[in-house]
Amino acid sequence: MSFISYLLNGISLGSVYAIIALGYTMVYGIAKMLNFAHGDVIMIGSYVAYMAINNMGLPIPVSILLSVIVCTLLGMMMEKIAYKPLRQASKLAVLITAIGASYFLQNIALLIFGANTKSFSSVVNMEPIQLAGGQLIISGETIATVVACIVIMACLMTFMKYSKAGHAMLAVSEDSGAAQLMGINVNATISLTFAIGSALAAVAGVLLCSAYPALTPYTGAMPGIKAFVAAVFGGIGSIPGAFIGGILLGVIEILSRAYISSQLSDAIVFSVLIIVLVVKPTGLLGKQIQEKV
Amino acid sequence: MKKLSKTTKSNLITYGIVVVAYLVCEILMRTGHMSSLMKGILVPLCIYAILAVSLNLTVGILGELSLGHAGFMCVGAFTGAVFSKCTVEMIAVPGLRFLLALLVGIVCAGICGILIGIPVLRLRGDYLAIVTLAFGEIIKNLVNAIYFGMDKNGLHFSMKDSIALGLEPDGVIIIKGAQGITGTPTDSNFTIGVILLLITLIIVINLVHSRTGRAIMAIRDNRIAAESIGINITKYKILAFSVSAALAGAAGVLYAHNLSTLTALPKNFGYNMSIMILVFVVLGGIGSIRGSMIAAVILTLLPELLRALNEYRMLIYAVVLIAIMIFTWSPKGIALRERYSLAKLLKRREKEVQ
Repeated sequence: MSFISYLLNGISLGSVYAIIALGYTMVYGIAKMLNFAHGDVIMIGSYVAYMAINNMGLPIPVSILLSVIVCTLLGMMMEKIAYKPLRQASKLAVLITAIGASYFLQNIALLIFGANTKSFSSVVNMEPIQLAGGQLIISGETIATVVACIVIMACLMTFMKYSKAGHAMLAVSEDSGAAQLMGINVNATISLTFAIGSALAAVAGVLLCSAYPALTPYTGAMPGIKAFVAAVFGGIGSIPGAFIGGILLGVIEILSRAYISSQLSDAIVFSVLIIVLVVKPTGLLGKQIQEKV
Repeated sequence: MKKLSKTTKSNLITYGIVVVAYLVCEILMRTGHMSSLMKGILVPLCIYAILAVSLNLTVGILGELSLGHAGFMCVGAFTGAVFSKCTVEMIAVPGLRFLLALLVGIVCAGICGILIGIPVLRLRGDYLAIVTLAFGEIIKNLVNAIYFGMDKNGLHFSMKDSIALGLEPDGVIIIKGAQGITGTPTDSNFTIGVILLLITLIIVINLVHSRTGRAIMAIRDNRIAAESIGINITKYKILAFSVSAALAGAAGVLYAHNLSTLTALPKNFGYNMSIMILVFVVLGGIGSIRGSMIAAVILTLLPELLRALNEYRMLIYAVVLIAIMIFTWSPKGIALRERYSLAKLLKRREKEVQ
């Protein structure tokens, strides 16, 4: 029974990673950049939700909506100010700018909210489900997280497949120059991608902090890195890949923490990533791109 | 006198900068014009400069993005510190002990570089970046879980806790898991740091200007073309990567012997550190050895100089980072620079004179 409950915990954590990784992978697919500040958008989203619930006394759905709106605007602003001028720049320059943006968000949060750990109260008001005569308890957070992840995944895939904006995104990610020639507004498409990615980050932040309530300005950093690992794991640029990668990563992390060593769980997660990449250099579902001479 | 070539002159300037900076610091220190804060930061300055120069070998010369440089530094720091602690009674001369510890650290970090390089350098671009980041984190995690002790029966090693070592009563625990190593002899000082920095510069600069260096740069510029003219890609990639790792190991040994306690925290050996070193390299100019050294010094001093602004200093640092990148790379920034560049202004003046 304990194995199943660890597995469920893993799937729950993995769902959070998957939601973050979806944002990561979309931004990477379109802008071809590692958005290191993505993890910090999660943190800002959690702080906004925390403030809305605890200081402004707003109802929970409104707070989550507020957090999503703030993060969406933040993501678009970040893109406009920091990344857009660097479209043609070298990859490293963009990476450093993203790191700068990450430092900026962390320190802004430090100034506004202080360094003290805030205890985030869960946004899920659901009785835990007891199965097998009370031996297996599934918390409300677990269910909410998994459901949210699946819904978001399904929505995103439908959006990419059937909407015009989704097609534009696919086109830009394949060849932005050709997409522009076909009359697609590349800048607007990239902006939209950042908006969606950041909105997902806000949702992920609220869910993450509901399950792990300690909130500090550095809360987002490690989940951000892990989610990036998940995105690479599943094949960066691929939406189902990010989902599978996220879930697998969460399960591996929780199981190795439970059965092998709590201290070495991160090392195990990263080792699995390395093994996967060495065997299949573009991740589980990534496309192999042939290099031309 | 034979006329010096342009590269030789440029290299001599690089060495000259280090020597002059060293002399200035020594004079300031001897005459008591240096605050204790500044004195404390002198050795870290050397460490960061060495790290930046060595990472430039991977990022600038080999052209591969590595985010695990702090991991190699960690290997060097811990192996060097363990060696020093084990031999603190055997070798009484601090200089000799440090030299041997340095060799141990360099060799271990270099071997790690080769072991990691063989599987990893097959990957490219962002995949390589994330795998090197992963390796750095694995090394940091492993070091935090290791227990290592010594008694009259020999060396003991465990991954569980200090009791599992099964030491004799007279035994000493050298690495105590997450608490790290305490009581390392502080054998390093500013002079040693500067000497190490000079040696690093000599190694890297000579490597870059050698036949090997040109082969490495050929791989960076066009891998397939380089392969087609018979350059052994794997060999040169691993060579550059492991030399870079070994030099980071040297910086690690210096780091370990600067303070008497050594713990592997996210702050000093985590990916944040690797990223910080990468920032030095990129801001100094990718591929420019002198640039990465100077950038390392300036960017380490900047937060210290901004200490008066306390809460805002990291914020300012972040803004400066973004602003420099936009200024150097965005089309508007480039246009602005071309309009007001010093060289052009001087040229215009010349024209007016004519």
